Amino acid sequence: MKILVGVKRVIDYNVKVRVKADNSDVDLSNTKMAINPFCEIAVEEAIRLKEAGIASEVIAVSVGTSACQEQLRTALALGADRAILVESDAAVEPLNVAKAFAKVMEQEQADLVILGKQSIDSDNNQVGQMLAALTKRPQGTFASKVDVEGQSVAVTREIDGGLRTVKLALPAIVTTDLRLNEPRFAKLPDIMKAKRKPLDTTSFADLGVKAKQHIQLDKVEAPAARQGGVKVASVDELIQKLKDEAKVI
Amino acid sequence: MATLLIAEHNGQELAPATLSALTAAQQLGSDITILVAGNDAQAAADHAAQCEGVSRVLLAQGDSLAHDLAENLSELIVSHASGFSHIMAPSSSVSKDTMPRVAALLDVGQLSDIIEVVNDSQFKRPIYAGNAIATVTSSDATKIITVRAAAFDKAAASGGSATVESIDAPADAGVSSWVSDELTKSERPELTAAERIVSGGRGVGSSENFALLEALADKLGAAVGASRAAVDSGFVPNDMQVGQTGKIVAPDLYMAFGISGAIQHLAGMKDSKVIVAVNKDEEAPIFQVADYGLVGDLFDVLPELTEKL
Ligand SMILES: Cc1cc2nc3c(=O)[nH]c(=O)nc-3n(C[C@H](O)[C@H](O)[C@H](O)COP(=O)(O)OP(=O)(O)OC[C@H]3O[C@@H](n4cnc5c(N)ncnc54)[C@H](O)[C@@H]3O)c2cc1C
Ligand SMILES: Nc1ncnc2c1ncn2[C@@H]1O[C@H](COP(=O)(O)O)[C@@H](O)[C@H]1O
Repeated sequence: MKILVGVKRVIDYNVKVRVKADNSDVDLSNTKMAINPFCEIAVEEAIRLKEAGIASEVIAVSVGTSACQEQLRTALALGADRAILVESDAAVEPLNVAKAFAKVMEQEQADLVILGKQSIDSDNNQVGQMLAALTKRPQGTFASKVDVEGQSVAVTREIDGGLRTVKLALPAIVTTDLRLNEPRFAKLPDIMKAKRKPLDTTSFADLGVKAKQHIQLDKVEAPAARQGGVKVASVDELIQKLKDEAKVI
Repeated sequence: MATLLIAEHNGQELAPATLSALTAAQQLGSDITILVAGNDAQAAADHAAQCEGVSRVLLAQGDSLAHDLAENLSELIVSHASGFSHIMAPSSSVSKDTMPRVAALLDVGQLSDIIEVVNDSQFKRPIYAGNAIATVTSSDATKIITVRAAAFDKAAASGGSATVESIDAPADAGVSSWVSDELTKSERPELTAAERIVSGGRGVGSSENFALLEALADKLGAAVGASRAAVDSGFVPNDMQVGQTGKIVAPDLYMAFGISGAIQHLAGMKDSKVIVAVNKDEEAPIFQVADYGLVGDLFDVLPELTEKL
């Protein structure tokens, strides 16, 4: 079984972004970049399926600038067998990313695609579902458990009321939630070995995908800041403030 | 301008989030149709018909719609999409699962989690865990939108008299099936609808200790929430997680106990009206957003607070 995993290059989750002075976007110059945390979980899950003898090959795919090679190399160090970069300059919208993945999925005859549930930069939560629609395949979103059983996969999903398990015919698309696994760290020898693993570059044109703009970014602003509050010294003072000042109890 | 609003409901009535999304729909125009889908949802459709400003209710019932399978639900929505300029749903695990599928089938983009309607094609939405607010314009003929309920007041669930029209449920797509649910049972208010929330983090220490928070919540008629660390540690179930990648809440009162205040947590609660933080570390970042901070041990504060209220 072949597995494709999505690897998106995003700002490190510990960094708090700042909005540019001209409000055109956020300022990402000199910020630490990393693999989207949900994609790390996707890579980990694919590698575990390979270690369990269920997957034969794990291919990491990223759509973006050549800088994404850094995150693809990390995925290779973690255990992916090879990587594909769909090179593109512009920030890529989810539907276009999904179209690129659909082509790669077809070319590679992948049986399972594991993506993150959400990019922590754009907070879209769209690509996996869009890919499933484009390929007319089933989807198991927000997964906290994935069990491949022959020609199908059972996915336990985190939903608003708790957990829901669905069974999907393969090929299928799964998106990861936080509780699916705890990703490993890359070891130094593996980082060295990853430099020799294949990383191919392709493009939207090569894949035969016309990327189209659907949504334009007009302006980016800082959110309204909260007024700093006060410290209270005791439970009694807290209760008094909540009653008399805030009037919420 | 015509809007199709996909209802979130429990079979009996619309979820409060649907009424918030209805407010967003009303800001776009007055031609609003609500789609209610499920296997036994007549009562919810009747409820939708009474809502203010709703012109029409479409009710689809059938086995293929019983468990919100996105493969089936998206087919239903797409088959009724023509004529609508906007298709909207309140953000929820069902709409997050389904709406991008609808968008891709229609070959259009999606605007996730809008917090403001600027005009019929321009909207505001948070990005980077709410550390920036983007204004975006959609150039698609059909705009697919999910609405952050906490950002809109609820429309009146009365005053309307729309007709309910039954439509066919789609055939099962045949590629996915429901196996089982493991739902959290609670007598307390639902997190995203609650006016008061008592939340606990890693500092609470164990699942047993959450009883201290529950006691306070019961005194206040509050819902109980949690940080990711508390969920990951197994103290409480996943559906209690508040944050960037959990539930987004904006109650009148949010009380955080033993939560440090990571940006991912703040993203889910910083629009609450009044925030209280109790933490033994006076440097904890949660104090930067708290209206009232109390530096102390939650194991002392909680019982005292519960008793004195
Ligand atoms: C991709 C991604 C998504 C995420 N999404 C979310 C999300 O949606 N929601 C979320 O919450 N987090 C999320 N996180 C995690 C987030 O970064 C933090 O790790 C998490 O919020 C920390 O939880 P905490 O505050 O409970 O734990 P800690 O950061 O460990 O804080 C515990 C706090 O408890 C205090 N404390 C300990 N004992 C006591 C005591 N006896 N009395 C009083 N205070 C005490 C400590 O001083 C400390 O401040 C996400 C992270 C990533 C990478
Ligand atoms: N540019 C990209 N390159 C690779 N994978 C991506 C890209 N954009 C999104 N994805 C995948 O899709 C998931 C959901 O992204 P989004 O829909 O943007 O929130 C991410 O976690 C990735 O796994």
